Amino acid sequence: MTSEVQATAIAATVPTSQPPHPLVEFWYHFRQNTGAMIGLTVILVIALLALFAPLVVPHDPNIQYRDAILVPPVWQEAGNWRFILGTDDIGRDMLSRLIYGARLSMMIGLIVVTLSLAIGLALGLVAGFFGGMVDVLTMRLMDILLALPSLLLAVVVAAILGPGLVNAMLAVSIVVIPHYARLTRAAVMAETGKDYVVASRVAGAGPLRLMLIVVLPNCLAPLIVQATLGFSTAILDAAALGFLGLGAQPPTPEWGTMLASSLQFLQRAPWVVTWPGVAILVTVLAFNLLGDGLRDALDPKLKR
Amino acid sequence: MLRFILTRVSLVIPTFLGVTFLTFLLIRLVPGDPIEVRVGERGIPPERLEQLRHELGLDQSLWHQFLDYIGGVLSGDLGLSLVTRNPVLDEFLTLFPATIELAALAMLFATVVGLPAGIIAAVKRGSIFDHGVMGISLTGYSMPIFWWGLLLILFFSVGLGWTPVSGRLDLLYYVEPVTGFMLIDTLLAGEYGAFWSALHHLILPMVVLGTVPLAVVARMTRSAMLEVLGEDYIRTAKAKGLAGKRVIGLHALRNALIPVVTVIGLQVGTLLGGAILTETIFSWPGVGKWLIESINRRDYPALQGGVLLIASTVMAVNLLVDLLYGVLNPRIRHSR
Repeated sequence: MTSEVQATAIAATVPTSQPPHPLVEFWYHFRQNTGAMIGLTVILVIALLALFAPLVVPHDPNIQYRDAILVPPVWQEAGNWRFILGTDDIGRDMLSRLIYGARLSMMIGLIVVTLSLAIGLALGLVAGFFGGMVDVLTMRLMDILLALPSLLLAVVVAAILGPGLVNAMLAVSIVVIPHYARLTRAAVMAETGKDYVVASRVAGAGPLRLMLIVVLPNCLAPLIVQATLGFSTAILDAAALGFLGLGAQPPTPEWGTMLASSLQFLQRAPWVVTWPGVAILVTVLAFNLLGDGLRDALDPKLKR
Repeated sequence: MLRFILTRVSLVIPTFLGVTFLTFLLIRLVPGDPIEVRVGERGIPPERLEQLRHELGLDQSLWHQFLDYIGGVLSGDLGLSLVTRNPVLDEFLTLFPATIELAALAMLFATVVGLPAGIIAAVKRGSIFDHGVMGISLTGYSMPIFWWGLLLILFFSVGLGWTPVSGRLDLLYYVEPVTGFMLIDTLLAGEYGAFWSALHHLILPMVVLGTVPLAVVARMTRSAMLEVLGEDYIRTAKAKGLAGKRVIGLHALRNALIPVVTVIGLQVGTLLGGAILTETIFSWPGVGKWLIESINRRDYPALQGGVLLIASTVMAVNLLVDLLYGVLNPRIRHSR
């Protein structure tokens, strides 16, 4: 009661005050989450490194220095500043390969998320909007894909299409489509009954306009969160496929592939196995931190 | 109740048929055909090629082939492995206990560590312990488990020599398989040395496979507990003067457990998927490693059968969890 009185009093004294722009409000809440800010910073650094890889790498990632095979990182006894993180079994600079690997991983994340989001979004919109038989068929199909463990499905798809980076990306994209489709459908079904949708339908909006311009923007929040988390799934799964020999093929400096191709040096030169793993972990962790932060900042129930 | 069970079971049937159709299509999507791909460049006489094609039924119409396949699946015939010529089902069933043993222990590890960690984190919300648990579980959730396994091998097996690098049992021992579960078989045989050896071999793979579920269980337990701890009945219980431990252990935990149990059930898919990587790293003779080997040997009938069987296992477990959930929570049972 008192707060209402106060609120009207404030409204009366400051008649021109406007609510902050949604983006400003979002940023205000997001900024308070330390983990999410760390995640965002790490991602920006990795993205910049990936973008300017040719300018920042100390060596060509594919040049084999025959005089420097399995050189340890600089802080170990036999290490030197020429190869800061050491070299691999055929004398290639680890740091340069890792930076080029960041390029691949970011690209994998971007392509997989774009592809799966686009297909999942379309399926979910259509299923949620039209309902009936279309809905049942689409969702049954998604259930079938979900019945298979995601990594198993990715492995099988990659095995059928044949090993390779592009096929691995396709495999991972197919596997995650159901998540986006389900999420979109649920959000669409929650929105379509609301007054503003009915109003624009009455005003004569066609199905396409209703779907894409009226309903979709109000369903975006959970999709943005899922897409961010989708980056980490994509990078992890693509690396796992690379590790199993079904993803990118050597000498591509993909992190999972790098790990697999230097396995036999695990004992003699642990750094060839350690660094690609650290790179995967840090990148995936950063996306997960960012995703969690976005979820908290975008979810009005948790906000206050 | 019966109606609830029947509805749930009938919902699974179309999914099962769909998965069967998917695995059937799989072998047909291989560029060329499985026989040609397998034979490779060496080439074989055309008569032999025809014979092999006939054995797989590849010379018949697609429709006919699918009916044959469904008939086979329903009568337990998943075809023969192209490499060993053994029935795929037999091969799978021989190896499956090793995977189940590993997955069950991994789940046990995840629950035994994750549940208390999540509870304490929720009770001490905002403390260093809470932040620590949440940080560690997010790291665990982000972990590339193939790399995690290698690190553990490097540290515990190679560095400290505490655990074996690979396999299920020392070569010193031989235990006649009865159940296929090494821990049980060694005890049945009365070989305690072998039992310890089997346990030693299990520790690292268990930790590696359990890492992601552990993170999920800890996070889920924490958020479920936080939600329940904010409820009125908890305040009432505290107001009645009940001891804190009793309120948390009895009143809060029982209600928080429902979503946690569901999440544990849903981890079965993650476990069987993760088993592919874990078994490959530790040379664990289970179905995950077998599937990867089948892919490398281009043994498509084995791959097809293995995928169908694993998917069926996941579906069966999810159905069980669903039914159990209905038994535990009457609101679910009656709402649908």
